[in-house]
Amino acid sequence: MYSFRKSWFRSLGMVLFGVAFILMSTTPSHAVKVEKVISPGGVVAWLVRDHSIPITAMEFSFRGGAASDPAGKTGLASMATSLLDEGAGALDSQAFQGKLENLSVRMSFSAGLETVRGSFKTLNRNRAEAVELLRMALNEPRFDAEAIERMRRQITVGLKRKSTDPNVLASRIWRRAVFGEHPYARPVDGTLGSIGDITATDLRKFVADRLARENLLVGVVGDITPTDLAPLLDQIFGGLPASTPPSGLKDAATGAEGETYVVQMNIPQSVVVFGHKGVKRKHPDYYAAYVMNYVLGGGGFSSRLYHEVREKRGLAYSVYSYLNPMQRAALITGGVATRNDQVAQSIAIIREEWGRMRDTGPNEQELGDAKTFLNGSFPLRLSSTGSIARMLVAMQYHDLGQDYIDHRHEFIDAVTLADVKRVARRLLDPKQLTVVIVGKPEKIEPTADAPDIES
Amino acid sequence: MVFTPSFSNYLLALGDYVLGHAISRILTTLFLVSGMSANSVAEVFNPQSFTLDNGMQVVVVTNHRVPVVTHMVWYKVGAMDEPPGKSGLAHYFEHLMYKGTKSLKPGEFSATVARNGGRENAFTSQDYTGYFQSVAVDRLPLMMKIEADRMTNLVLNDEIIEPERAVVIEERRSRTDNNPSAMLGEQLNTVLYQNHPYRIPIIGWREEIESLTRDDLITFYRNWYAPNNAILVISGDVTIDDVRPLAEKYYGVIPSRPLPKRVKWIEPPLKADRQVVLENERVRQPSWSRRFIAPSQVHGATEHAYALQVLGEILSGGATSRLHRKLVVERKIAVSAGGWYSGRSRGPGIFGFYISPAPGGDVEKTGAAMAAEIDLLIEKGVTDQDVAKAVQRLQDSAIYARDSYRTPARILGGALAIGRTVENVEAWPEHIGAVTKDAVNRAIAAVLKDRKSVTALLLPKPTT
Repeated sequence: MYSFRKSWFRSLGMVLFGVAFILMSTTPSHAVKVEKVISPGGVVAWLVRDHSIPITAMEFSFRGGAASDPAGKTGLASMATSLLDEGAGALDSQAFQGKLENLSVRMSFSAGLETVRGSFKTLNRNRAEAVELLRMALNEPRFDAEAIERMRRQITVGLKRKSTDPNVLASRIWRRAVFGEHPYARPVDGTLGSIGDITATDLRKFVADRLARENLLVGVVGDITPTDLAPLLDQIFGGLPASTPPSGLKDAATGAEGETYVVQMNIPQSVVVFGHKGVKRKHPDYYAAYVMNYVLGGGGFSSRLYHEVREKRGLAYSVYSYLNPMQRAALITGGVATRNDQVAQSIAIIREEWGRMRDTGPNEQELGDAKTFLNGSFPLRLSSTGSIARMLVAMQYHDLGQDYIDHRHEFIDAVTLADVKRVARRLLDPKQLTVVIVGKPEKIEPTADAPDIES
Repeated sequence: MVFTPSFSNYLLALGDYVLGHAISRILTTLFLVSGMSANSVAEVFNPQSFTLDNGMQVVVVTNHRVPVVTHMVWYKVGAMDEPPGKSGLAHYFEHLMYKGTKSLKPGEFSATVARNGGRENAFTSQDYTGYFQSVAVDRLPLMMKIEADRMTNLVLNDEIIEPERAVVIEERRSRTDNNPSAMLGEQLNTVLYQNHPYRIPIIGWREEIESLTRDDLITFYRNWYAPNNAILVISGDVTIDDVRPLAEKYYGVIPSRPLPKRVKWIEPPLKADRQVVLENERVRQPSWSRRFIAPSQVHGATEHAYALQVLGEILSGGATSRLHRKLVVERKIAVSAGGWYSGRSRGPGIFGFYISPAPGGDVEKTGAAMAAEIDLLIEKGVTDQDVAKAVQRLQDSAIYARDSYRTPARILGGALAIGRTVENVEAWPEHIGAVTKDAVNRAIAAVLKDRKSVTALLLPKPTT
């Protein structure tokens, strides 16, 4: 440790936001103060007060995203969220957007595979009007024909562009191969066919059915007190339906293990996606797997894949792996992009590293380095009001508890070398990797025809 | 929801994990979009600054929210400073800054940053090259130590530079060769600039990257990597009193060196309109764009720079901006349409327009509709109300810019690296507030009226 600074506690108004994990193995410090605010109407938000800038940031998620779209209506969540800020209440699209712009309100909505997200930031001097606009967007979206058709055109153009993007294609084909008919194989933003079929009735039903309070998770950061926040929560979310019909989403089996698919595309560099079954967020082995993946391919400029593929041999600019834990399946996946005549060699090295990690795990040094990075870098994520608010939502989504920010390092520290070795042995299998290559790879024998996907 | 063209999302795989020592206009694009400003006039970031005896400028922005800092060193050298025939040198060299020094083995720099819980990256633009780490505040001295070390003690040999050359060429394939719209952008720059080195891509021509030698790299390093050509920017949980002794200890001991004379590039006006067309079998949706050479904040008729920022905001492609409203919402002939200004550069700036036709639309006709809007803008100008709204939005964006501990460092570093001053950045909201309708209309006349431009078309390859 350096004798550079000793004062760890940074006042966020009344709140002490000392960050324990930054001290790594030394003295724990004061807790991050995450307050739970419950509105009179029963809406819950987690709040971190920060008086440094006169703004209020709110992030929220509804459980259930594109994977819950009805069959044949793929892309509904995505299209609906693109329209929430396109006119609401008495305001048509131009009037609504004009207010957002004139008040410098930053409001956006998006759909992921498993959640629908909202992001909101306002200057405090405009907060009352901004909150009312957010209420209108969620409770009274208009879905005017003009806006629907405009979004349909924009989404259509986006889908056409993506239809020849090797990265998008590789990822979509990989998911189709692995998840088959399960909704996890569907593209979040739909297909040309499904987007063409979505009606105003579908969009209204989406809002009525899916944006329900029981699925709602809210994080707030900024210059606002619990007393001021509580009524706003009721104003924004109180009018939403209490509950939602079950999505009917079932556990997803992962298939296509060990298969290699090639999709021919006339490009100088092949794009490769690989992966297999992973570990879920709530599984007891999650943290061991997380640490293991950091050493294997997660660790930026110091992972084994980076070292072997990029640093040592110059085969690629980008090579990585990551854990992707979802509600109904879990994956460990990765990617590499390399010249067509180097694809075979790159994949061989990745398989070798996959196997080496399975057989021998990391060494003590790698484990220690992984822990210091994962603990030490965590507070860097708390870079803005929005990023802290997103973390508050993620903590609720994964049931991590209000004190998670202070205790996260304990989960990382508790991982032993034996844990990582055991988990690597159980999880990793180079023969089971499903590999999708888009490009003109040389010396690669596909094991089967690539599955079809709709563009 | 407004769809705007994305400039750089082509390294996405299953996730959005993008690795790399980033290159190019990524940062300048951010600046362009987010602007930066402050409502409370004359205090944007409230930075403090001093200069070491060896000429290295130091800037500190204090933000106590979380006990972390971003530590950045900006070198006032970029792709535009490469010798003729050596394109890609600045960026290739940036990669090699991670390859070890007299006291650090290859790879140990990054390993040290990671082992101390830091995140890091680097970037190269036409104008400057930057290196940064974000770390817990108690690790700042260590970051300063190793960053100062590689300012003078870098070791380069063939075993190190050859694999990295291959990495850079793969990076070129990922960013450009695999991507028709990036290829078009590269081609466009070759004809937008008749004289200025901005016509050459930052990442370099592949054939020239292949021919760069160890001597080229070492000469470049010896020429430009000096404290008197560098700016240290630290933003986060520190004060200037914390930083001063550390800066003196680590950077202050490095002797200054005479710097090469910089070429004072001029860019003559275009005498003929130019058109660049790229047809590619992978293009499914055509697009049209047009670029005009413009003053930047420090190059050419700089008195127009603030007015052009306001004009860029007026035309920005926001939902109610005039081009979007008319062409996308009312006439329904496009899915996106807007204008933009890029003026944070040492050399000439750009004023650009883009339009993407609705599905099935004719790209030539759609482009002609945008061209007619540009004519109308030149003829009629903007209104007081347009200007007032844009000024308010830009000034508000300054408050948001203070939210992240990283943003002030990026903005200040980028400004100083092109020759602006701290005072100039701090006074930005006032300058923006002083922009009038007449000033914007004068800027329109200066940059767009009777000016030649380059039009670029991205087209599907007709099937035979």
